[in-house]
Amino acid sequence: MDYLYDLNTFIPATIAAAAGLVVLMQSVYKVKINTIFGVTVFSLVVALLFALRDLFGPVGTSFYDMVAYGGTAAFGTLLVITGTLFCVLISRDYLEAIDHHYGEVYAMILFATTGMVGLAVSNDLIMLFVGLETMSICLYVLAGLIKEEKTGAESALKYFLLGAFSTGFLLYGIALIYGATGSTNYADITALTDISPLFMAGSALLLVGFFFKISAVPFHMWTPDVYQGTPTTLTAYFATASKAATFVALILVMSRMMPEIEGVGWTQAISVIAIITMILGNLIALVQDNVKRMLAYSSIAHAGYLLVGLAAGTADGYTGVLYYLFAYTVMNIGAFGVIAFYERNQALDFTDVNNYAGLGYKQPVMAVLLSVFLFSLAGIPPFVGFLAKYYVFAAAVNAGHITLAVVGVLTTAASVYYYLRVMVFMYFREPHKEFDLVNPGAIFKYALIVLCVLTVYYGVEPVFPMGSLIELLTSYYTETGPAGMAGP
Amino acid sequence: MDILLNITIYLPLLAIAAVILVRTDQAVKWVSLAATSVTFFLSLLLIFNFDTANSHILQFVTEGPEIIPGYDIKYLVGLDGLNLLLFMLTTLFGPIAILSSWNSVTKHLKGYYSMLLLLQTASLGVFAALDLIVFYVFFELSLIPMYFLIGIWGGAERIMATIKFFIYTLAGSLIMLVALIYLGFHAGGVHAEYIFTADWRFISSPEYQIGLVEQTYMFLAFALAFCIKVPLFPFHTWLPHAHTEAPTAGSVILAAIMLKMGTYGLVRVCMPVFPNAFMEFASWFAILAIIGIIYGALVAMVQKDVKKLVAYSSVSHLGFVVLGIFALNTVAVQGAVIQMINHGLSTGALFLLVGMIYDRRHTRMIKDFGGIAKVVPVFAVFFLITTLASIGLPGLNGFIGEFLILTGAFFSELYDNSIYAVLSALGVILAAVYMLWMYERVMLGSITNDENKKMKDLNFREIGLLVPLVLFMVWIGIRSEDFTRYSEVWVDNFIDVTETKSVAVLKEAQKDDLPGWTAAFYNLDEESDELEVELVQIQGGLK
Repeated sequence: MDYLYDLNTFIPATIAAAAGLVVLMQSVYKVKINTIFGVTVFSLVVALLFALRDLFGPVGTSFYDMVAYGGTAAFGTLLVITGTLFCVLISRDYLEAIDHHYGEVYAMILFATTGMVGLAVSNDLIMLFVGLETMSICLYVLAGLIKEEKTGAESALKYFLLGAFSTGFLLYGIALIYGATGSTNYADITALTDISPLFMAGSALLLVGFFFKISAVPFHMWTPDVYQGTPTTLTAYFATASKAATFVALILVMSRMMPEIEGVGWTQAISVIAIITMILGNLIALVQDNVKRMLAYSSIAHAGYLLVGLAAGTADGYTGVLYYLFAYTVMNIGAFGVIAFYERNQALDFTDVNNYAGLGYKQPVMAVLLSVFLFSLAGIPPFVGFLAKYYVFAAAVNAGHITLAVVGVLTTAASVYYYLRVMVFMYFREPHKEFDLVNPGAIFKYALIVLCVLTVYYGVEPVFPMGSLIELLTSYYTETGPAGMAGP
Repeated sequence: MDILLNITIYLPLLAIAAVILVRTDQAVKWVSLAATSVTFFLSLLLIFNFDTANSHILQFVTEGPEIIPGYDIKYLVGLDGLNLLLFMLTTLFGPIAILSSWNSVTKHLKGYYSMLLLLQTASLGVFAALDLIVFYVFFELSLIPMYFLIGIWGGAERIMATIKFFIYTLAGSLIMLVALIYLGFHAGGVHAEYIFTADWRFISSPEYQIGLVEQTYMFLAFALAFCIKVPLFPFHTWLPHAHTEAPTAGSVILAAIMLKMGTYGLVRVCMPVFPNAFMEFASWFAILAIIGIIYGALVAMVQKDVKKLVAYSSVSHLGFVVLGIFALNTVAVQGAVIQMINHGLSTGALFLLVGMIYDRRHTRMIKDFGGIAKVVPVFAVFFLITTLASIGLPGLNGFIGEFLILTGAFFSELYDNSIYAVLSALGVILAAVYMLWMYERVMLGSITNDENKKMKDLNFREIGLLVPLVLFMVWIGIRSEDFTRYSEVWVDNFIDVTETKSVAVLKEAQKDDLPGWTAAFYNLDEESDELEVELVQIQGGLK
């Protein structure tokens, strides 16, 4: 019975894993690709419903304290499943258009999702590692999907080599922490009263592993190449779901594992990394002509903003980061989605921003969607990106990190230039040559419209009288105590 | 009544849906015109129901719930003596902007009118919002439509102009955002119920005081954002480009409405919230304002493009408003408030007129014209009245504002030197020089260019646009008390609040706890008895 109870707390991941196996078998037996797509979407919708249920459910740990459920973990699960669902919805037409539509892609996505959920609910360093690796290995495969092209091969190889290297750091860190404390369980490690150099070294290495996955500077080198070489809808998946899972895991580690004694020094380390990540990510993005590379550097910059919230290290900060992850997932998938739509047209190379000239007046709905997503990414009100930035910076100011907030807003001002640049081409310039765009297709279009509605709705949500998302997130950290330890 | 204010703000936004749905170009224009006209008439209801005697109290208030428990961030809109007239000015310019684009804008009509409507809602929101976070949201939102208006429907160098406009303004306001967050937490620390509060009513009230060091930093951050928006010299460099490249309606709204957001913010936030910093920095800002007045006038004088000339005249005229605000006495602040309206009317009308000749001749260069008064007499009349209003001829609106501001500045204790007023009065003379000289070269003399002989005079629609503006110019010029009465109580009350707060903060300030520069800057070495006397006097005055 206990086992069933435990399983109940881990249902979304279980569904994703089971669906992954089914889809894999279907691909072996050459089932129609649309059926496979349907099964994937259906399973993800069911998983999403369970994730929504858990959002308001009890908080605790299961599987002998390996897995956390409820609260932060539940929200992390929801983020991962939502991100995956939307990426899958926009993948079908896109992969079809670039002739790489295989059933195995969905299997890999589902397995990766299982890993991500595992990562986002980890309550033990071993669970963390297993989740991270399950996710990473599937992502390495997906990165090399376009294997005939040089960029595809480069993307997969680069991601794999650097990823394996960083996993080494992470594992080494875990080993050292285990050596210092004799446990891998967060609760046991929190109880630590005395910090040894061994523990310090271990946690530093652990952080390096995390920084690599969230592509913080100076561990970001892989990001632009991988994002560029991977099929665009899968890039969206890399940039959102995997990042959300890693950040949620990082929040869990910081809020549950770090001993509450002075001198661990994570905040300072994260502050410094946040500052250089924001500055470098935004500055390099300014000069990118390739839209996917631009979004890659923008995602590095966003990792910097997220780290600002973590550096605050308070309940406010964690709440802000969770909210930011939600905003980021919604708007970033949207932006990648519209770019994927343009790429489906073979008329021009639509990864080059120079070819966006005049696009605003062809398929105007798509262009408006892209504008909304880009404004939101730039943090302009009244879109969700603004509120997200606001919560994160407010937490930093409240925690006394005014420098972080100032660097954050200044780099945001710089970032506006490259987001606007896309719109400058779309709306303000004449096209180089005449061409027509394909019809986006119902699923593709409505998926993006839903994302757009979420972007706008959550941007103005606070004026509506019903309970808001930020209120829900805040409750995770207030009901169970001021330190933000949701659950036992 | 409360719902009425919200309807007024959001009606243009709702009309965008109709604009997108209707089929023909004509319908798009008529829907936009109808929406903005209804907005204007609704706002008339607001002003008729406004309680002038209590203009320092917020009226027609709508207050939403807090978004996070413990954080006093909420939807809060209302009108008082300060924003009422600016709100009215915005609703007045709604239909005018639509009508002015009636025939001159031909491409992407739906987009164009949607953007104008969105801009209308955003501008109304900026003036009505009294929660500073909500204010900030509207403040930024107004950038988006203007960005597209300049970028898509603008002139040849529109792309550079619009990006410069956007990033310049945004950079300033983002710094303000950090200060705003800090201010919110600081105010929350004082407030009994909340951790964070951005409610202007609390922040500006006498019971909330800020220490000198924090005040200085926050004041500078807020003032930077507002001064970029005004724009105050030396932050004005974005303005000539944006104005010149924008389509007519864009220039009109930019000049008449959006620049006022800066001066409005200075009065609304900087004055009552950071009183000590405001007073100590007053003469610095006054010097910048005077440089702006004279520099703007001199640069305007040598312009070859009429539109650029008007743009630089804006820099000069808004210098007066800033000068009046920082003089911090009833006369000058009252003058600044009414001068915001005056500048909106006359510069808005000037941009409209420039747009009208541009529609006819597709040039705005002074040398291409000359003697056209004979060909277009009606146009010449309107142009003359507007020019004279802009110069500040007695009997027209510009005079009232400038006179009040100069008088106030002359007697201002903060400036403590009549040279400020004397130097800025130079700007009035220079204004007469560049405006009249321009008028002469464009309108008078013999017709030098044959193409001008066939110019058509103003049509019914264009006259209809200008008549209300000219009527208001004359009305304000003759009976200014009809307009100044709305803000009288507000200005009196909040100048008292500002002074009371500043004295109270100085009294609290412990010299030894503060960094050395603060003590020197705020003259903490003065005898404390003197402060006490002043405090007693002010409190006596309040009773």
